[in-house]
Amino acid sequence: MIELENVAQSYGGERLLSDISLQLAPGSFHFLTGPSGAGKTTLLKLCYGELRPSAGQVRLFGADVSQMSRDDIAQARRRIGVVHQECQFLDHLPIHENIALPLTVSNRDTTAEAENLKELLIWVGLRSRAGALPPELSGGERQRAALARAIIMAPEVILADEPTGNVDWEMSQRLLQLLIELNRMGKAIVIATHDLNLIRAAKSQVSARVLRLKDGQVHAAGADL
Amino acid sequence: MDQVARVLQFLAGDPQADRVVPPTGFTVRLTIFTAAAMAFLAVFALALSLATGRLADRWSDALARTATVRISTAPGQLQAQTDAVLEILRTTPGVADARALDIEEQRALLAPWLGPDVPIDDLPVPQLVELTETEDGFDAEALRLRLSAETPGAVLDDHTRWRRPLVRAAQRLRMLGLLSMLLIALTTAAMITLAAQSALAANARVIQVLRLVGARDTYIARAFVRRFTGRALIGAVGGTVLGMLAIAFLPSASSAGGFLTGLGFSGAQWLWPLILPPLVAVLAFWSTRATVLRMLKELT
Repeated sequence: MIELENVAQSYGGERLLSDISLQLAPGSFHFLTGPSGAGKTTLLKLCYGELRPSAGQVRLFGADVSQMSRDDIAQARRRIGVVHQECQFLDHLPIHENIALPLTVSNRDTTAEAENLKELLIWVGLRSRAGALPPELSGGERQRAALARAIIMAPEVILADEPTGNVDWEMSQRLLQLLIELNRMGKAIVIATHDLNLIRAAKSQVSARVLRLKDGQVHAAGADL
Repeated sequence: MDQVARVLQFLAGDPQADRVVPPTGFTVRLTIFTAAAMAFLAVFALALSLATGRLADRWSDALARTATVRISTAPGQLQAQTDAVLEILRTTPGVADARALDIEEQRALLAPWLGPDVPIDDLPVPQLVELTETEDGFDAEALRLRLSAETPGAVLDDHTRWRRPLVRAAQRLRMLGLLSMLLIALTTAAMITLAAQSALAANARVIQVLRLVGARDTYIARAFVRRFTGRALIGAVGGTVLGMLAIAFLPSASSAGGFLTGLGFSGAQWLWPLILPPLVAVLAFWSTRATVLRMLKELT
């Protein structure tokens, strides 16, 4: 669904990623790890068309990103759920509207999806907080809301950038369980994290591939994790 | 039909789409105020253009239809020359009517300058003959030559000499009025563009979130465009109404003589300012749309 072929990415002349090839197939589960600043977020941005590669080719659902218009990218984003590191909500709208935002912007009828939205809120445990504004939520609640927003369009791929970055262990386990459940439904999952405990916890339940980013290259991490 | 349906749909709006951009009090007020002020000024520029247009028409019309022959000669010959002039005018093609002013009329003409009690009979006042043209007009040069040959004391004054600069001035004023309208329109577009730019810059994060969840540029643009068009329309309606009221309650200038015309609208001309609000709205629509689409390409 998402393919990277010999991709390189430079920032202001400095090469951050080079010669990266990666395929995200339906039902796959990837961890992306590495020291901070290694380019995890950059690699994810390449996967959802936020960045265009300096060299190589990125294909989203078979289409070459360099040939896609802004509208094509927007269309592809509706099939990719992104859980952003800083969550990124519209602070003036209550959380349930934020979660429904992907429906709103694709002109889908949110009233028709109300039942869906309610179930989703229960699933991520935010039913009682539905009317709260994003700044009123705790870190864990925001992360769960971000996850709910990422999956409301029933995407085929979910990209999560440090989804457990600022939540406690128990909450990170809950988030992981939600992602594992989604994976069992056939979604491709990519989680960028430097939390090795989280990776270990996941590997006991799901067959996840761990990719380590180092010196601008991806290496398959061994069984030592 | 398709276009009309789209405009109606745009005006009806999508309340959900409108909410994605947070309301910003200050730019709202600025945009409304700008649109109102510009519409107010535009009403005056429009009134100026229409009034000077009327003025130019009136001057060229009223003055072009008449001319005067002035006969100054020795008192004894005055009656004979007047008769000769009237005879010449009667046989001149293009002259519809010619008539010698009587003593009372001449007195009335002079009274404002010399006072009512002047013994006009004792003064060597020239005899005036008023003539009215037909639609086609007459050949002033030919008539002048004929008069000077047959009645040496008669001089034709067809008013063009002093009418022309007046009409030219009025036409220039009308052009200035139209130019003002154009400048007002451009300024409005410029101000709305700046306001839209600052609104977009202030909402860069909102736009980023919208792009992240798969919003197309046109969706994001619509949220801003609708808002600015609405504000501009509200402001322009207010400004236009105030401008029209100000002109309606302008002290009347008609007592100063029918020669000048009051600054204002007459009759159906009152309908003209009503096109200003939709015009401002269209202007706001296009300038915001162009700005937003251009800036979105730069933002992400």
